[in-house]
Amino acid sequence: MKGYRKYFLNKLGWFAITLFFAFLLNFILPRLMPGDPVAAIVSRLAQGMSNATGVQAIYQQYADLFGTNRPMLEQFFLYLRNVAQGDFGFSFSQYPRAVSDVIRSSILWTICLQFPAIIVGWLIGNTLGALAAYLRGGFDKFIMPLSIFASNFPAFGMAIIFMVIFGVILKWLPTSGGYGFDLIPNFSWEFIWSVIVHYQLPFWSIVTIAIGGQAIGMRSMSIYELNADYVKFSRFMGIKDRKIIGYVFRNAMLPQITGLALSIGTMVGGALVAEIIFSYPGLGSTILTAVMGGDYPLISAVTLIITIMVLAANFIIEILYGVIDPRIKAAQSD
Amino acid sequence: MKHTLQQVFHSGKFVIGFCIFMALLLTVFLYPLLIKDNPLGIIAQGTFFQPGIYVNVYDSLNSQTYTLKLQNAAAKRIASKLSDQERLDMQEWLVAYGIPESEIDIADTEKLIAQWDGAFDSSLNLPGFTNAERNAYIRLDRALDGLLSTEALIIAAQNPETGVLEQKSEVTQTDYVNVNQVANVRVLPLGTDNFGRDILTELVRATGVSLQIGLVAGLVATGIGLTLGLLAGYIGGLLDDIIMFITNLFTVIPGFVLLILISFSIGQESRGATTIAVVIGFTSWVWTARAVRAQVISLRHRDHVNLSKLSGHSIVQIIINDILPYIASYVVMALILQISSGILAEAGLSILGLGPRTTEVPTLGLMLNWALIYQAHVLGKWWAYLPVIVTIALITFSMNLMNTGMDQIFNPALRE
Repeated sequence: MKGYRKYFLNKLGWFAITLFFAFLLNFILPRLMPGDPVAAIVSRLAQGMSNATGVQAIYQQYADLFGTNRPMLEQFFLYLRNVAQGDFGFSFSQYPRAVSDVIRSSILWTICLQFPAIIVGWLIGNTLGALAAYLRGGFDKFIMPLSIFASNFPAFGMAIIFMVIFGVILKWLPTSGGYGFDLIPNFSWEFIWSVIVHYQLPFWSIVTIAIGGQAIGMRSMSIYELNADYVKFSRFMGIKDRKIIGYVFRNAMLPQITGLALSIGTMVGGALVAEIIFSYPGLGSTILTAVMGGDYPLISAVTLIITIMVLAANFIIEILYGVIDPRIKAAQSD
Repeated sequence: MKHTLQQVFHSGKFVIGFCIFMALLLTVFLYPLLIKDNPLGIIAQGTFFQPGIYVNVYDSLNSQTYTLKLQNAAAKRIASKLSDQERLDMQEWLVAYGIPESEIDIADTEKLIAQWDGAFDSSLNLPGFTNAERNAYIRLDRALDGLLSTEALIIAAQNPETGVLEQKSEVTQTDYVNVNQVANVRVLPLGTDNFGRDILTELVRATGVSLQIGLVAGLVATGIGLTLGLLAGYIGGLLDDIIMFITNLFTVIPGFVLLILISFSIGQESRGATTIAVVIGFTSWVWTARAVRAQVISLRHRDHVNLSKLSGHSIVQIIINDILPYIASYVVMALILQISSGILAEAGLSILGLGPRTTEVPTLGLMLNWALIYQAHVLGKWWAYLPVIVTIALITFSMNLMNTGMDQIFNPALRE
């Protein structure tokens, strides 16, 4: 247990460091760019406004709000304090609403859509890849080209095609939104059913993309393990095939778990775009409205939240990995 | 070198990928030489014209006419105006009007239209129809007007002095013109987009621009990755620690988020295609750096490298002569993957509205963005988005095929 604690603390330290740097980047990047962000915002707001003193007043107001007229270090701590209190300021494009309020209403949609989809895609992909490696022959010949094609297919393309086939042509499922546009969120059966129906298309298009890449990886890992010396040795020892396969797939799974941790950022990126295509009321669509409205505080907050989500997912996976892989405990307790 | 190329071209996967890619590249280069239209020129007034051959009506009226007696010409003419669904709609109305269903034969056009003309009255409000349906029936009634007539149409022109219409010529139902003799015919193989631009011309140009973006992004990413990987791997020590720290940071911080932040910060005005490409490159070098470092570390203490060191070669010489040749194949493979993921990243950014500014060049992502904003996918205008998706898929698919093919040659563990 001592070894595991060391591993855990190590990973926790890394999590804290990356979080800090991600936060720093999120703070610095927009401020490093040429041009004054406040001036850009004010010029957008003041389009069509001919009153110079009015523009000046707006500028002053926003400069105070962001604290851009203070030294950089002070700005940073101000930002840090506000974010720690969950205060991201006001959204420009949806003015009276606070950014934290906008995010609160969309974050749950994204979490409930993306993480189950990525995990289901990962599970199905790994099962298919392992089967392809074990059965070979026809199944392999059928699954492999399909997976290669699916994993190369752009996520948004898959989303559009799913939507056109099942939503527009066959009319089986609704094409946009998170629930029927004529409903008000509540806990009636009608609403829950509508949410489930709207969930299907975005969910399966994300799953399909995830399956392809995972299946390819799992297949080559399994083929590699199936040819390993310990498999041959076990065969000579007369251990049952079923038991050997259990070992093989457990060993092949381990790199796949690390792979999931490393690719989760990319997957979330693709899934955000898929959300936009289905107008799903999650963070992806929030980014789109923020970009369209030049909503500076909202963009910065959403990117920060997504980064934190990805980092947290990463951390959880690595912690689980430490529990599953016995080598980690062994290595740490040396 | 020659041997390596030969080996690579023996791999079936690589050859297929290479052929697809070359076909795309050739189209991008040859098409603009043959068709010199402005790819962003707005030619159509209106949105989403269907793919097809557009024949100028004015010119075809003035062309020489030929008489062809074709058997089913009349049937085709009626069918194009009166589809089966519309016949059923007519039947529904007539039944609601009070004519028994047994008396209506929707296959007999003449009788159906006679019954319709006898019964239909646009001011009549039959129960059981919505307002939209009522309006649809009024439109249908207007379309049926003159459907069965066999007389010729008269072309008339206004006399400039008196203002009276004077008959110029007649068009009978058996008149044909030869398309080759009509002065103005425009083929739009993929129709027009929401702005009224020829999609095929635009698509070819967009493919070119997107490939350039991918190439620049790939070169930047591979350049940074290779340099950092070589430095970290070969020099080691503190430098290695620092570089690995940065690399580990950027492995977990999602590149897509960085991309959004940077593109948004640059602002719409200064976001050209090249800028976007460089930004994409700057956010995707991590994997190359890691892999190059790992390979360099394993090469660093090989005998031939040690020999080079003993002979007094400089670090630059050793890297170029003794290390780069060993990792070259890997770097090329990484470059190919970076190009394809750069194209995807550009498309993703453009869908978010953070792509290159829209006035100068089309890119594949921007075309998709326009199609989505104008709801082409919901309206069933497949020609606005499907060719774009297929092109992107072909590019990434061909590049990944090339990559897998090379992988199987350079990586003995994967040979089957």
